[in-house]
Amino acid sequence: MKFTKEHEWAKLEGGIVTVGITDYAAHQLGDVVFVELPAVGSKVTMGATFGTIESVKTVSDMYAPVGGEVVGVNEDLESNPALVNESPLDAGWIVKIKVADAKEFDQLLSEDDYKKICE
Amino acid sequence: MAEPLIFDLSVNGRRGFALPALDVPEVDPADHIPARFLRQELPLPSLSELEVVRHFTRLSRLNHSVDIGFYPLGSCTMKYNPRVNENMARLAGFANIHPQQPDETVQGALQVLKSLEESFAEITGMDAMTLQPAAGAQGELTGLLIMKSYHQKKGNHKTKIMIPDSGHGTNPASCAMVGYEVVNIKSDARGGVDIEDLKSKLGPDIAGLMITNPNTLGLFDENIGELAHLIHSVDGLVYYDGANLNAIMGWTRPGDMGFDIVHINLHKTFSTPHGGGGPGSGPVGVKKHLEAFLPIPRIQFDGKKYHLQTKCRESVGPVLASVGNFLVLVRAFAYILVNGREGLKNVSAYAVLNANYMMQRLKKTFDLPFDRFCKHEFVLSGKGLAKYGVKTLDVAKRLLDFGFHAPTIYFPMIVEESMMIEPTETESKATLDCFIEAMEMIADEASKNPENLKNAPTSTPVRRLDEATAARKPDINYFQKPE
Amino acid sequence: MANYIPTTPDELQEMLGAIGVRNIEDLFAEIPPELRLQGELNIPQGMSEPEMIRKVTRLAQANETVDNNCCFLGGGAYDHIIPSVIDHLLLRGDFFTAYTPYQPEVSQGTLQCIYEFQSLICGLTGMDQANASMYDGSTAAAEAINMATAQTRRNRVLLLQTVNPDYRRVIGALTTPLGTETVNVPFEDGAIDPAKVQELINDQVAAVVMQYPNFFGCIEDIERISEIAHNAGALAIVVVNPIALGLLETPGKLSADIVAGEGQPLGIPLSYGGPYVGFLAAKKALLRRMPGRIVGRTLDVDGKAGFVLTLQAREQHIRREKASSNICSNQALMALNATIYMSLMGRDGLKEVALQCFQKAHYFKRELAKIEGVSFPFTGSFFHELVVKIPNARKVIGKMAKQGIFAGIPLDNWFTNLKDCVLIAVTEKRSKDEMDHYCNLLGGLING
Repeated sequence: MKFTKEHEWAKLEGGIVTVGITDYAAHQLGDVVFVELPAVGSKVTMGATFGTIESVKTVSDMYAPVGGEVVGVNEDLESNPALVNESPLDAGWIVKIKVADAKEFDQLLSEDDYKKICE
Repeated sequence: MAEPLIFDLSVNGRRGFALPALDVPEVDPADHIPARFLRQELPLPSLSELEVVRHFTRLSRLNHSVDIGFYPLGSCTMKYNPRVNENMARLAGFANIHPQQPDETVQGALQVLKSLEESFAEITGMDAMTLQPAAGAQGELTGLLIMKSYHQKKGNHKTKIMIPDSGHGTNPASCAMVGYEVVNIKSDARGGVDIEDLKSKLGPDIAGLMITNPNTLGLFDENIGELAHLIHSVDGLVYYDGANLNAIMGWTRPGDMGFDIVHINLHKTFSTPHGGGGPGSGPVGVKKHLEAFLPIPRIQFDGKKYHLQTKCRESVGPVLASVGNFLVLVRAFAYILVNGREGLKNVSAYAVLNANYMMQRLKKTFDLPFDRFCKHEFVLSGKGLAKYGVKTLDVAKRLLDFGFHAPTIYFPMIVEESMMIEPTETESKATLDCFIEAMEMIADEASKNPENLKNAPTSTPVRRLDEATAARKPDINYFQKPE
Repeated sequence: MANYIPTTPDELQEMLGAIGVRNIEDLFAEIPPELRLQGELNIPQGMSEPEMIRKVTRLAQANETVDNNCCFLGGGAYDHIIPSVIDHLLLRGDFFTAYTPYQPEVSQGTLQCIYEFQSLICGLTGMDQANASMYDGSTAAAEAINMATAQTRRNRVLLLQTVNPDYRRVIGALTTPLGTETVNVPFEDGAIDPAKVQELINDQVAAVVMQYPNFFGCIEDIERISEIAHNAGALAIVVVNPIALGLLETPGKLSADIVAGEGQPLGIPLSYGGPYVGFLAAKKALLRRMPGRIVGRTLDVDGKAGFVLTLQAREQHIRREKASSNICSNQALMALNATIYMSLMGRDGLKEVALQCFQKAHYFKRELAKIEGVSFPFTGSFFHELVVKIPNARKVIGKMAKQGIFAGIPLDNWFTNLKDCVLIAVTEKRSKDEMDHYCNLLGGLING
């Protein structure tokens, strides 16, 4: 698992990168009430926003850790956005991106580097 | 005890009002209007007049209000709403005139408006006014539309507006509604605009600067002259958010500080009631070189009669389908008449006195990020209570148990755990002392019994509400249950 | 002078002492001398309350009102019967001196009233959700357009010419800066031919905006026009008169996506144009595009039902430059006004008001038709407003005004090709005698 400084995590498996937000971010946001997901099939570029995540009192942009095509979104989040708080690293995943350039994934932060940012 | 919803009190067959009997021969609507345009059901409730009176009376008793107690909301100016102004707004000669009546039949109304324009222009140091915008945010929008027209006319290519990071949320939102990009300017250690940061971001694409002075920290930015000069040097315009006008009336004027456009919030500075969230009114003033862009209609006097002028080629257009929130304007008119030049100056003097008095006393208990004389409001930080697991939110909720409304919290965003306090001039020293004592007790309680704050409020009609579920599964229409 | 400042000279000294300054002047010391106002504000000295009342009352009396004139003016604001009890409730200080309900625990009165308003508007219009109100009907219509352009990501809007012309100007002023292009759809026979809409629509159009009943009082085929919009992937926006909805089918049933309207007819005085209250309602899918405040019902920590502002992450104080609208204040007290009216009138009352408006307007037309020289330029069904053509209309209206009758609005204020055409509105407040008197007078003025 790799991380971004915008507090997203990314997991690469068979050319598909699954993305979510970290425990730290979920905690900062508070109760998530809505996740604005991109359309399946849309293209994203690394570092660009692909959606927003809303809590009661805040809204945050989410940034694509890698560029590529959105091949899946977590539809459970529509009826149960609380999944992001309950299980941010697992059941609360947000999008799946078919990565265009695997090198972009390698450039992401390691867990240790990410932990340093949070301090 | 919860008050039922009006729909749950309904009993078919009840009538709340009896109309005069129909006095013309009837025809069948179905003979004149196609059946598919005639409705079958009308899901409105049915109640008697007394039931309606009881329902709304009981609901009113669930509210805090200025009439009941202190409301130290920063930047909201919760001053007393004089009752006589309610009488003036209800005079039949004002309340019962139709907006489409010919100008000759509403000379009194037009005179009130023209006189009000002149008073506001004098108070703010501007040259011309519009009274049309229905609220402060609409005033901002109008001001930005004027800015846009000005630049378009001059052929300037301007895409950005500078806003300090302490600015009110409506500022950037209004910019977005007009198609301008926002450039955030940092605040300096004294709480004012960081001039170096502004200079570094200044360029030919800057359309203007939107600020309030004193700012949302309640601090007067002495560099305003230089800031205005810098913006003007790139042919930008300087916009004054009038939310904090209560601090400076009769002492200084935005027009003299170098501002080109101002808006005023009548429901703040000029005592018109907040009404639970409106109606407000947001008149806009401009310097001479921008007058041609003001919304229509303009109010003109030809020496004998007043009339509404709509043939103004360069106007940004009407921003409302009428001259403005007329009856709100009438209240402000009455307020200015009883205060007069010396009264308005006193309003600001005592607003500033009250805020500084509170600040000096409360800084002993709470963090004061900017320790200098404030104007009509000041900002504290609740961060000192973090070690007890207590946040500003908890302090705010605990204040409700003491019968006070909480101050503005978590704004401005540049102060951690912020509380913005604005007492206004209509509060007595006794009230301020009560509030200060309550704050001191709450801070003490935080160190000894933080649970009391976390569980607060306990003495209000409802306790803390589940806002997460309200946002996740919105129940916003009685006729549709959430999934 | 006003006496709203309670601080006594002794208290002043105490407070100055606590602050550590000698006088109030010292608290303004940081204002640079060149910015300090020299002398006093150039406005008159403060008056006493009775003097102010005398002055203001004289100004009020310098206006003609609908109390001492018979009002047949419409065009978006109507002279309806207003139950007396409403104002007594609005004058309760706990309603009108309360603030925006940001601390819900002490604002349940305001919040529940808004929830009831939202629900009543939904019931009236046949839509899924409504917000806590907008400034007026014109700005509600403009915001509806902004919702549609954001939702469809298209920037063209077909604006029917039979929408209130003042609203169309406000729409132009407020939507053009966002890059929205409005295309006019011209009328024929006082209404819009759906075929014309079909001709002008394409896949760049975000919405078709229509009015129901339209500005001339005519009932257009909004269902057919909405269908045409949907077939092109555009939204149907309908601007409505809420009293008409006591008789007419809901825009919701007729396929509207967004409904905007002016709530003044719901028990709000004419007020020379304001404060009024706009309402905005939409189908469920558009919930997150809705601007303005929205109140939701929820539970507190004890499981007790309560109300809160919800979905605040749409609004300016959180989204700032990404907000769907900059609106902050709504018109809460006027929404309460409308809520109390709708509660008082109720189902049967609102139906009766609408029906009386219909009956009286249709009676009036029959009587006007008997006058030689009077004609009706438009055919088609109407609710309570209609257009009549009168020779030398402006002159005739002027003479009728001198007889205490506001006879109607000359349409060449806006439409140069509708010379001598007058827009007349008839509400439940107009009596048979008033209408008969109007006809007698009019007949005499036209035919000598």
